[in-house]
Amino acid sequence: MTTENTRAPMRVVDKRITLSRRGFLKGSGMAALGVGTLSAATLMTPAREALAASFKVLGAATGKTLLVLARDIFPHDRISDRYYLQALEPLEAQAAADDKLKKLLTEGVAALDRLSKLRFNKAYADLAGESDRVSLLYVIEHGAFFQKVKGHLVTGFYDNKAVWPLFGYEGSSWEKGGYLNRGFDDIDWLEGA
Amino acid sequence: MSAKFSLDDDSVVVIVGSGAGGGTLADELTRRGVDVVILEAGKHYTQADFENDEWAMFKKISWLDKRISAGGWHHTETYPNLPAWIVKGVGGSTMHFSGLALRFLPHDFRIRSTYGEVRGANVLDWPISYEELAPYYDIAERKMGVAGTRASGLPEMPPNNHYKVIAAGAKKVGYTDISRPVASNTRPNDGRPACQQIGFCMQGCKIGAKWSTLYSEIPRALDTGHAELRPQSMVLKIEHDRSGKVSGVLYADKDGRQHLQKARVVCVAGNSIESPRLLLNSASSLFPNGLANSSGQVGKNYMNHTTAAAIAIHKGPVYMYRGFDIAAVISDEAQLNPDRGFLGGYHLEGLALHLPFTAAFMKPGGWGREVTSALEHYDHMSCVWVCGEDMPQEENGISLHPTEKDQYGLPIPIVSKTDHTNDAAMRRHGLAQWRKVSEAVGATRVIDMPPYPASHNMGTNRMSANARDGVVNKWGQTHDINNLFISDGSQFTSSSAANPTLTIVALAVRQAEYIAGAMQRREL
Repeated sequence: MTTENTRAPMRVVDKRITLSRRGFLKGSGMAALGVGTLSAATLMTPAREALAASFKVLGAATGKTLLVLARDIFPHDRISDRYYLQALEPLEAQAAADDKLKKLLTEGVAALDRLSKLRFNKAYADLAGESDRVSLLYVIEHGAFFQKVKGHLVTGFYDNKAVWPLFGYEGSSWEKGGYLNRGFDDIDWLEGA
Repeated sequence: MSAKFSLDDDSVVVIVGSGAGGGTLADELTRRGVDVVILEAGKHYTQADFENDEWAMFKKISWLDKRISAGGWHHTETYPNLPAWIVKGVGGSTMHFSGLALRFLPHDFRIRSTYGEVRGANVLDWPISYEELAPYYDIAERKMGVAGTRASGLPEMPPNNHYKVIAAGAKKVGYTDISRPVASNTRPNDGRPACQQIGFCMQGCKIGAKWSTLYSEIPRALDTGHAELRPQSMVLKIEHDRSGKVSGVLYADKDGRQHLQKARVVCVAGNSIESPRLLLNSASSLFPNGLANSSGQVGKNYMNHTTAAAIAIHKGPVYMYRGFDIAAVISDEAQLNPDRGFLGGYHLEGLALHLPFTAAFMKPGGWGREVTSALEHYDHMSCVWVCGEDMPQEENGISLHPTEKDQYGLPIPIVSKTDHTNDAAMRRHGLAQWRKVSEAVGATRVIDMPPYPASHNMGTNRMSANARDGVVNKWGQTHDINNLFISDGSQFTSSSAANPTLTIVALAVRQAEYIAGAMQRREL
C-alpha cells in the first residue's frame, strides 16, 4: 500500500453542459447527452431557426447564416448554438449603429450564398456537409467580411463567461480565496509528482 | 504624507515614469531625503480596479496609444499596432509583470568580449560587471520579496500543477537547473499578504502579494514627505538651459493643459519605447538630433528578447491557470554553449495563459478544427514562453512617424524590429526542447505558437564606457548632459536571457545612491 492511494483525487471541472428541458429545446446539448449517431447540424436545425429570429437588425436569414458561419469558424460540437448566438449579439448591436458594418455583414452573407449556389446549388447555411461549407470559407477567408466575423469571435466567443466552464476554465478566483485550498497542486496522474 | 512642490521649484528631481525603474528610484531617493516629483502618464489605479479577467484588464491598463510595428518581424502582421505589451498607469508595467525575477549571468555584461564581433549585430560590453551589480541584486531581491532567494529569506513558491508537469518533464530529459524565483510573497512580508494562488498575476495582483511599485515603492516614497506623484501627466519635452543642462520638463495634464516643472535633475524611466521617444522629441537648436544623442544611438539597438511560445496537451488535466502564473523555469539552456549553433542562451519559462488569451495567442488568425480541437483540451494544457538573448542591432529601434501625431500632438513611435539569424536558430532550439520536455511526460500534442507581444523592451539608450558607443555611462547618466539620467531598461547594453525587471530595479537602486551622493557633493 502506498500513500498515493490515500490522497484526495484531483478537483476536476465537469465540462458537460447541464441543461434544463427548456434549455434543451431552445439550444441543443445532444452531444453532451450522448446522442452521437445523428448529425448535430441536422438535429439543431429547428432550434437554429428559432435563434435566428432574434437577429432584428440583420434579419433572420442573415442571422442564421452567421450562426452557421460562427460554428464553422470555431466548431465545438459539444457547445450549443445559443453560445454562438451570444457571441454574435454584440456584433449585431454594433451593426445597428454602424451602417458600414451592417453592409459588410449583409453583403458578406449574400456573397457567400452566391458562391455556394454557384458551386453547390444551395445556400451556404443549407449545405449539410461541413467540408463543403469549409471549402467555401477557404475562398473568402482573407476577405474583410470573414476577417471581421472571425476577429470578433475570438473575444466574442471565448471571452464569454458562460462558455468558460465548458472548457474546464474557472474564471475569476480571488473572491473564492484563489486556489490555495482549491486544487492548485492536486495533480494526481503525474508519475512521481 | 505626500509633498506638494511648486512648478518653479528647481531643487527637485523629476522622475518620468513610475514603474520598476522610476518607482524604485523614487523610493531610494526619498529615503535619502531627496525631493522628487514623479510624473506618470497613466492613471492611478488601485487594487480595487483589478479584475480577474484578462481582456478587461488588458483594455483597462495597457498602453494603447497608437504605435506601429515595422521591420521584418512577425508583429508587423500579427500585432501591427501592439509592438509591446506594457502598461500605462501608476506602477507602470510592474502591474503586468509576471513576477519572474532572474539575474543576468556574468557573461551577459561582457558580450563583446565573450562573443567577439557578431556579423549584423552591434554587440558591446557593459561598463559595469556582474560583480559590481551583485550587491544591488541582493537589495532588489529583498525589496521585491523574491521567493526562494537567500537575500529575501522568503521560502520558495509552492509548486502548482503546472509547475509539476513541466518540472517532471524537464528532469526526465536531464535538465537540472529548474527554479521559480518570483517576486511574490510566500509569507506576509513588507506589509503585504502571502500569495493565495489566485492565478491572475499579470492582470494586477488583486491582493498585492506580487510586488509592484504601485503599492510598494510609490506609497513608501510618498510617506517620506519628499515625493509628489502626478498621475495622468504625459511629459512632452525635456527643456534645457543655454549651457545645455536640463532645466525642467513640459507635460500635459489630464485635461491637456501644459505645465513646465522645473528640475535640478531629470530621470527618464518611461520604458524603452517612450524614453528614447522623449529624448528625440526634445530636439532643440542646441541638440538638433535630440537630447543626449551625440552618439546617434538614442532609439537604436532595440531588444525585446528572442521569444517563442508553445502549448502542450497532456493526457490528464493540468489547470495551468490555478496558482502563480509562472510555473517551472528551466535555465540549463541559459548557459553558453556554441555547439547548439547560436550565441547566448534562453530560459524555458512555464507561463500560464487563461482561456481567453490562449484562444487569442495560440494561432493568431487561425480558425477551424485545427484550432478548436486544441482549445477543447484547454484544461489539459501546459504553456511555455521561451525567453532568449536578443542581439542588439543598430537598425532595430524607435523612430518618430514623419506625419502622424498622437492625442498629445507628438509624432507616434514606430517600433522596428528584424530578427537576427541567431534568433531563428535559438527559437527553433527552444521549441524543440520544449517538445521533448512535454513528450517526456506523455504530452499527446505540442503546438508551436508565434511569439505574442512581449513586455520586455530594452536597449534604446544603452550604457557604454565611451560616449561614441552609447547614450549613458555606468550610472545611467547621459554622456552628454550630466543632470539627465535614464532609469529604465533602455539602459541595457545587452538583453541577457533574463526577464529585465530585477535588473532594472538593481540598476535603479545603484543609480539612486549615485545621484543622492552627487547632489550632496554638489556635482549635480
